[in-house]
Amino acid sequence: MAELEVRNLTMHYRTRKGPVRAVDGVSFTLAPGKALGIVGESGCGKSSLGLTLLRLLPPSGHVVGGSVRLGGVDLLAMDEETFRKEVRWKRIAMVFQGAMNALNPVLTVGQQITEAILAHERVSRDVAVQRVKDLLALVGINPDRWGQYPHQFSGGMKQRAIIAMALACNPEVVIADEPTTALDVMMQSQVLNAIADLRRQLGLSLILVSHDLSVVAQTCDEVAVMYAGKIVEYGPVEEIFLHPQHPYTLGLVQAFPDIHADRVTIVSIPGTPPHLLNPPGGCRFHPRCPLATDACRTWEPELVATGASSHRVACHLAAPSRAVAGGALTEVSWA
Amino acid sequence: MTNVNATINALPALQAGTPTGGADVLLKAQDLVKHFPLRRSLGQVLKGQRPVVRAVDGVSFQVGRGEILGLVGESGCGKTTTGRLLLRLEEPTAGRIIFDGQDITRLAPAEMRQLRRRMQMVFQDPYDSMNPNMDVFHIVAEPMVIQGLAKSREEAEERVAQALADVELVPVEEFMFRYPRELSGGQRQRVAIARALVLRPDLLVADEPVSMLDVSIRGGVLQILMRLVQERGLALVFITHDLALARHFCDRIAVMYLGRVVEHAAADALVRRPSHPYTQALMRAVLSTDPRRKPNDTGLPGELPNPVNPPAGCRLHPRCPLASELCRCQTPPLVERAPGHWVACHHVERALQEHFLAASAGPAVKEVIIG
Repeated sequence: MAELEVRNLTMHYRTRKGPVRAVDGVSFTLAPGKALGIVGESGCGKSSLGLTLLRLLPPSGHVVGGSVRLGGVDLLAMDEETFRKEVRWKRIAMVFQGAMNALNPVLTVGQQITEAILAHERVSRDVAVQRVKDLLALVGINPDRWGQYPHQFSGGMKQRAIIAMALACNPEVVIADEPTTALDVMMQSQVLNAIADLRRQLGLSLILVSHDLSVVAQTCDEVAVMYAGKIVEYGPVEEIFLHPQHPYTLGLVQAFPDIHADRVTIVSIPGTPPHLLNPPGGCRFHPRCPLATDACRTWEPELVATGASSHRVACHLAAPSRAVAGGALTEVSWA
Repeated sequence: MTNVNATINALPALQAGTPTGGADVLLKAQDLVKHFPLRRSLGQVLKGQRPVVRAVDGVSFQVGRGEILGLVGESGCGKTTTGRLLLRLEEPTAGRIIFDGQDITRLAPAEMRQLRRRMQMVFQDPYDSMNPNMDVFHIVAEPMVIQGLAKSREEAEERVAQALADVELVPVEEFMFRYPRELSGGQRQRVAIARALVLRPDLLVADEPVSMLDVSIRGGVLQILMRLVQERGLALVFITHDLALARHFCDRIAVMYLGRVVEHAAADALVRRPSHPYTQALMRAVLSTDPRRKPNDTGLPGELPNPVNPPAGCRLHPRCPLASELCRCQTPPLVERAPGHWVACHHVERALQEHFLAASAGPAVKEVIIG
């Protein structure tokens, strides 16, 4: 198992109006067997980040700078042929958002996963079929359902079958993009249990992309909060959820109240996320931030350590004087 | 079997009733039923069978002025159909709808149209529920046009401007002549609410109004709805799959399973003392945003049964850990077990016991792991 190291990754989409800065200087390290959650609202670049790691960008998307290293090997420098043969699906796999609805309705679920294995590995059909049955068992589906069609599966089972498919070539890293978003809560817990079991049994590393804070809180070891293409706060899951320091993270946490908490008013962060064609200068969050000062409008804050473990935050107000900012943050009243 | 019947006869006569809400009742649903007929096979035609989907099967509740009632459940539980029945967008198969003291179940279409001034709906998808060729002014003014209320362009503009101001789409002039494509999701949903509000309704049925919106902006839409309820005495039926959201937003919550209400209580009481095994399972499945609280992953076994052929007796019995012979043959009525707390379960006491046992075991286990 290898470490995934992303440094200063920058990815733009070319458009007629100029580059859309979807991923802008993102860095993180994913240790083997760990789970990293990436949270943020639509358009913050979290899905684009996943696609960049797997080199599955549309023709308009291109990496402008930075590196992605898996076990020390730079994946971005690799030619496409080698990447396709040696890395994609074999070392890094992805569970796409809504993929469960992309299962072919006229092929059995088993056939579809078998095809995926045969397309990537030189093994006999019998070996592939056996592996599919093992994979289905691994995600909690009775292997006897191998020959059933997608319509005979519930939503949660389809999603688990998709996860089984992502695991078909024994990857080390799985990127799951909103894996439970379209599912009911009961199905959601089935799928998350399956993912937790897999991590225990196979020692997988996981990147979980989600807008749902509770899914990330319960699944991940570390969290990266993305806003407008940048990581604005990064740290251990308990630090991020219990001691958020970036006003944006604080807003997100307060907008997503816990079912067990006393009744609260659900806050919202005023305004809308900026268009990445022309992001605001200074801190990208400043137009929506209730604490913004002239410094925030002028200088872009760096992602710097706050002192506590690996907790890092990109905010002029949070980092230097935590005591002062901490007091101010709890009194923030969002519109 | 005889044993069971003896047990049934020995039970105290529990009266099923309509859960009551706030003092000033605006809307009552009584034993609402909606069956959707299915296409019949030749065999079914010959046998005279008429298969139906039992989308809603005996639902009762009340909503008061200035009150938010949450209808919560998983997909397919009948919550959306219930909402549509309240406005008679679907015709009920049986049961009664009483609006402001008047039975509207069999009201003629023309009279119903008059009444719809006072009852409006907000739909889930702000992208699908708006004509892309109409600007905001025409979208919001359309209900007035249908109702013949806008006497002049000036008056229409004035009322649309007021409705837009009510949903905080300000400055109003800036939004009035935009098209839906020029608005964000949150802004569109505000337009949808403005469209419902322009007639000054007494009742609003909102079907998943924020589930398509980003977490960071849904609070804004919720606060607008909350203000309308508190300041204007609007009665709001809030349909959602999200129990955590309902807990913080609604006054009372009715939990639905397979076309029936299984539990109905004040939001606080429902999450503090979930008394139906289904509500309890739902509570366990909802994830906490506190990473220290580890998930208690004892969900219900099995899948949601087919509503064409729901299980006899209590509909949860094939999946319920407490199911007994009684549950298999007799449908438990919705009974008031504590003031304002209605539960449809034969084994409420045991369900509560088990729930609190599990809850008290939870933190201890957690401390061992952390410590």
